[in-house]
Amino acid sequence: MLKYSVALRRQGVGENKRVEAPGQKAKLKTESVDLFYGSYHALRDITMDIPACAITAIIGPSGCGKSSLLRLFNRANDLIPGARVEGQIYLDGEPIYGNATDVVLLRRRVGMVFQKPNLFPMSIYDNLAMGPRRHGIRRRAQLDEIAERSLRQVALWDELKDQLKKPGQELPVGQQQRLCIARALAIQPEVILMDESCSALDPASTMKVEELMEELAQQYTIMIVTHNMEQAVRVSDMAAFMMIDEDKVGRLVEYAPTVEMFSRPADKRTEDYITGRFG
Amino acid sequence: MKKFKEKLSGLAFLVLALSSISVLLLITVFIVVQGASSIGREGLLNFVFGMKWAPSQDIYGIFPMIVGTLSVTLGAAIVGVPIGLCTSIFLAEFAPPFLRNIFRPAIQLLAAIPSVVYGFVGILFVVPFIRNFLGGPGLSILAASIVLGVMILPTVISICEVSLLSLPRQYKEGALALGLTRWQSILHVQLPAAKSGIVAAIILGIGRAVGETMAVIMVVGNATAMPESILDSVRTLTTNIGIEMGYAFGEHQEALFATGIILFVMIMIINGLAQSVVRRKSK
Ligand SMILES: Nc1ncnc2c1ncn2[C@@H]1O[C@H](COP(=O)(O)OP(=O)(O)OP(=O)(O)O)[C@@H](O)[C@H]1O
Ligand SMILES: [Mg+2]
Repeated sequence: MLKYSVALRRQGVGENKRVEAPGQKAKLKTESVDLFYGSYHALRDITMDIPACAITAIIGPSGCGKSSLLRLFNRANDLIPGARVEGQIYLDGEPIYGNATDVVLLRRRVGMVFQKPNLFPMSIYDNLAMGPRRHGIRRRAQLDEIAERSLRQVALWDELKDQLKKPGQELPVGQQQRLCIARALAIQPEVILMDESCSALDPASTMKVEELMEELAQQYTIMIVTHNMEQAVRVSDMAAFMMIDEDKVGRLVEYAPTVEMFSRPADKRTEDYITGRFG
Repeated sequence: MKKFKEKLSGLAFLVLALSSISVLLLITVFIVVQGASSIGREGLLNFVFGMKWAPSQDIYGIFPMIVGTLSVTLGAAIVGVPIGLCTSIFLAEFAPPFLRNIFRPAIQLLAAIPSVVYGFVGILFVVPFIRNFLGGPGLSILAASIVLGVMILPTVISICEVSLLSLPRQYKEGALALGLTRWQSILHVQLPAAKSGIVAAIILGIGRAVGETMAVIMVVGNATAMPESILDSVRTLTTNIGIEMGYAFGEHQEALFATGIILFVMIMIINGLAQSVVRRKSK
């Protein structure tokens, strides 16, 4: 545990304001979810409540199904031919799987930031305006406002305000990733999913994005996937540890407030993983 | 030894590359030399803007043929590009694998059909249809546009499809993650991202249409007068050369080479325009 003591102290064990209080409202809820890619059983029996306005980190060894789990929440797995979901996920108590769900609307409420920045090959402004425009906002003044607001949220406004016409892909990678976050924020989602969104970034940009996450967590429900234990400890309130079981199916091994998991892991496998004994 | 081999193969490639360029150069020089005297004699303006083509009276004006070429090409683009683009979108984005496996070889087959067969089908079906239902001689700009529009489909479809399929998957994922519908993603993210490939497809299609001769000769009527509607018969620059070169000699032959020069210049202009469009848009 020594390895994490510094980070834990920084987060303030015991006095962390965002440690989940019992009974806090769950923004997302999964109920015995199983995921199949064709005949391949990727996830089994995932049941967890994700608290609102907090950061939940999913950790675990490579290939255990972290990305698969994250992609369930905005139904990104729908795009994969042969993918099948059993069980149910609820967003604010409403089921998101089933024919009645408007997937497009769901994705407006549950935004996603990917591992590598994926700006469209167009200007910074057009990237930011893409979502709002397609959702019916046409007035230039309103779009300008949205662009400014979302750039301010990621602390890029001062740097970029004079070059909004510049192609987004010409920016340094760190700025591109923050711009991707801004683009996701421009449609005012309620949940933001981030799949190893810092893994392509240098330490300085990573720190900026982490600060940003903590700030956003006051308004948004955030879920991150990370391979970086220090990062999970630094930013997350809840931690979910996943691993494949003896049948090679991804399972949720332990799910607890981050400080608890990293100071007193309940499961032996969690302890082995976070102390770096395997994985 | 290894170095020597490398040098040798480098040299071989250089020679081959040069030889293909030199063929192009030879053709250009040959056409220009053969045709220049005719243009010199007539005067460039009289030749290009002359309204009458009468070899028996030594009058050579090709303006109606330039108009014919432009209108047939534009018509082919109007017919072929929307159909081709839509087909490529369908194949790249919507078609289930089994349909794709039927469409792809079928479209390649379309490219392998000799152009005389297209002309034949045009005469059998398109021309009578136009004559009976729309009037005029049937052999017309419209008939040629339809036949050429179909002929450029394989080019347009395959290049558009490749440029859509070669887009990074992340664009579509990102678009859908923003809550765009599949159509919105295609229309507002994927197509703009693939635009340089799509413009290239249209250029190559137009290039094919401008250069096509055989099928056009068969359905366009080949009248040398100025057309007044798309139901009129015209002659294009290529068909002019194709029809008359066999028996022309002297000044008449030189005038046909001069027609070739103009064709050459037109293709250069089309390419130049299209490339500047690609460059401006991608900025
Ligand atoms: N589209 C797919 N089709 C079939 N199998 C898939 C697909 N995507 C993922 N898998 C499989 O599901 C399992 C979980 O993959 P997933 O990408 O969710 O793991 P991960 O925990 O995110 O791994 P990593 O840490 O390497 O990103 C893996 O065995 C993977 O091979
Ligand atoms: Mg992953």
